Amino acid sequence: MKSSGLRIYTIGYLIFLYAPIALLPIFAFNNSKIVAFPLSGVTTEWFVQMWNDQSLREAMMNSLIISGTTAVLATTLGIFAARASTRFSFPGKGGIMGLIMLPLVLPEMIVAMSMLVVLIGIGVPLSKLTIILGHVLICTPFAVAILSSAFQSLDKSLEEAAYDLGETPLSTFRLIILPLVMPGIVSSLLISFTISLDEFIIANFLGGSTKVLSSYIYGQFRFPANVPAMLALGTILVCISIMLLATAEYFRRRGLAKTGAKDTGGFL
Amino acid sequence: MTAKPEMIEFQDVHKYYGTYHALRGITATIKAGEFFSLLGPSGCGKTTLLRTIAGFEGISSGAVLIDGKNMAGVPANKRPTNMVFQSYAIFPHLTVAENVGFGLRRDPGSAAEKAGKVAEALEMVGLKGYGDRAAHALSGGQRQRVALARALILKPKVLLLDEPLSALDKKMREQMQVELIRLQRQVGITFILVTHDQEEALVMSDRIAVMFEGEIAQLADPETLYRRPATRQVANFIGTMNFLPAQVISENGGTVEVDAQGFGRVTLNADQVSAAAAEGTTVGFRPETLTLLYDGQTAVDRDSMATVEEVVYYGDMTYYDLKLDGTDAPVRISMRNVFGRPVLDIGTRTKVAWSPGALVLFR
Repeated sequence: MKSSGLRIYTIGYLIFLYAPIALLPIFAFNNSKIVAFPLSGVTTEWFVQMWNDQSLREAMMNSLIISGTTAVLATTLGIFAARASTRFSFPGKGGIMGLIMLPLVLPEMIVAMSMLVVLIGIGVPLSKLTIILGHVLICTPFAVAILSSAFQSLDKSLEEAAYDLGETPLSTFRLIILPLVMPGIVSSLLISFTISLDEFIIANFLGGSTKVLSSYIYGQFRFPANVPAMLALGTILVCISIMLLATAEYFRRRGLAKTGAKDTGGFL
Repeated sequence: MTAKPEMIEFQDVHKYYGTYHALRGITATIKAGEFFSLLGPSGCGKTTLLRTIAGFEGISSGAVLIDGKNMAGVPANKRPTNMVFQSYAIFPHLTVAENVGFGLRRDPGSAAEKAGKVAEALEMVGLKGYGDRAAHALSGGQRQRVALARALILKPKVLLLDEPLSALDKKMREQMQVELIRLQRQVGITFILVTHDQEEALVMSDRIAVMFEGEIAQLADPETLYRRPATRQVANFIGTMNFLPAQVISENGGTVEVDAQGFGRVTLNADQVSAAAAEGTTVGFRPETLTLLYDGQTAVDRDSMATVEEVVYYGDMTYYDLKLDGTDAPVRISMRNVFGRPVLDIGTRTKVAWSPGALVLFR
């Protein structure tokens, strides 16, 4: 009895988790402006409507620029921090690394509010740039976490061996370290990109009049006629997100396999 | 044997890690073409000393010379040494051939010349035809060979080996020991091996430096090290040695007259006298230097009476714990088992033969 109760709980839990997402593609293809059962037929009209929406395109463009830049910046900062924390010891290392990782658990609301106060205070106009600043702040801890595991699995004597065979510290980094942590870098880029693309609070607070995908979609829900097109967009985003995360995980695992290290957990 | 020029020279090398004194005034020379071992327990500074040659560790004072040149300020990538790492440090993202040829990147030769050198190096270590394999798919012994080929391809003046055999199983280790000796004779390069395995050092080396706590306790060839350990610490670290209390009766020029428990009065030469630190005056001897005498056998030199206290049978050998008459504690001796000679029982009274030449006085 006990185990069947647990089974029902598990199934219920999974339905609660995924059924809403499963509804997205169903209504995205439903031939009705009203999002409700019964379904009335198959159409791709909403995808066409979405495609022709000029302000959506603009929001999409903004999002791509912001997420792409955030991914590159967060990963670059992550490389420095991860390398420093895995290879060198310096005073206050524990505290510094703790503070770098803190935004991982800090409510985004607080980050968004405090940054808004500071930015307005020093007179920086709100734009794509300010969103990027906020996103780098919250993505860097993820990048550090992923890259630390990549750098950690590097045997120090690999560097020494390259050095011993005549390479300089710089060429050793390029020939040995970079190729071996590359899967971690790719994985960090993809995850930072995904987090930034999804992000709503900071984009809303720090964006001013700049619309990104998340804030644009939220705005569209005020107009019932536009909802099916947003569901169509949502369907595409779900597919892209799954693809990106799967790719990131693939690279992370391949990196571990290559260096012969043990898997110590990841995001998937 | 003619005197060989010096390849490595340590001049009063000190190394501190913070307040920890890791190397305490190392002065030694290693000859060109020598198979040299740094032997000692973990934490004795042997690996640190090896890494000062490679250039991975700086020194706090003193000097390290390679082939007559002071290495102060010369970084690892500019030194005429190559290293085989304990973990082998095979680059996992490269093939075997790319690993072996890694050091040739800055070599001005053509691609074909380099490929030839790589093939030659692989053949030398018995990995002919393995060039295209992925490095991370190799076994432990194969990685070891790749690491050797990679380090030797640059024809360094000195090859440094940091516990290269410790990760291999016993059989593989013994096989690699023989191969390393053969390889060293073939290439004629100075090999410096770091090991904590005294047997490995004895088997492979021309000369051995035994290190304790950042200092060289004795530097000698394997036979001298085994037969005439300079200190009781060295005697205990290399093989087994028995100790019996003794008193010095008189010293006469080159010889010392000693009264030792179980042996009585013996005269020892100056080269049989070693240091004992604070452990008191004793005579030491190796297990195989005492021989049981069976009925009808007589001692060539001297003999004593003893009682068998313990018997440990190993097939080819038997170890006996014997209590020599007039002693307080048993000593361990080893006898080769020969057909026709029975293994003695516990409690048997027996005669043992010995020779004053096999004794070492520690005081």
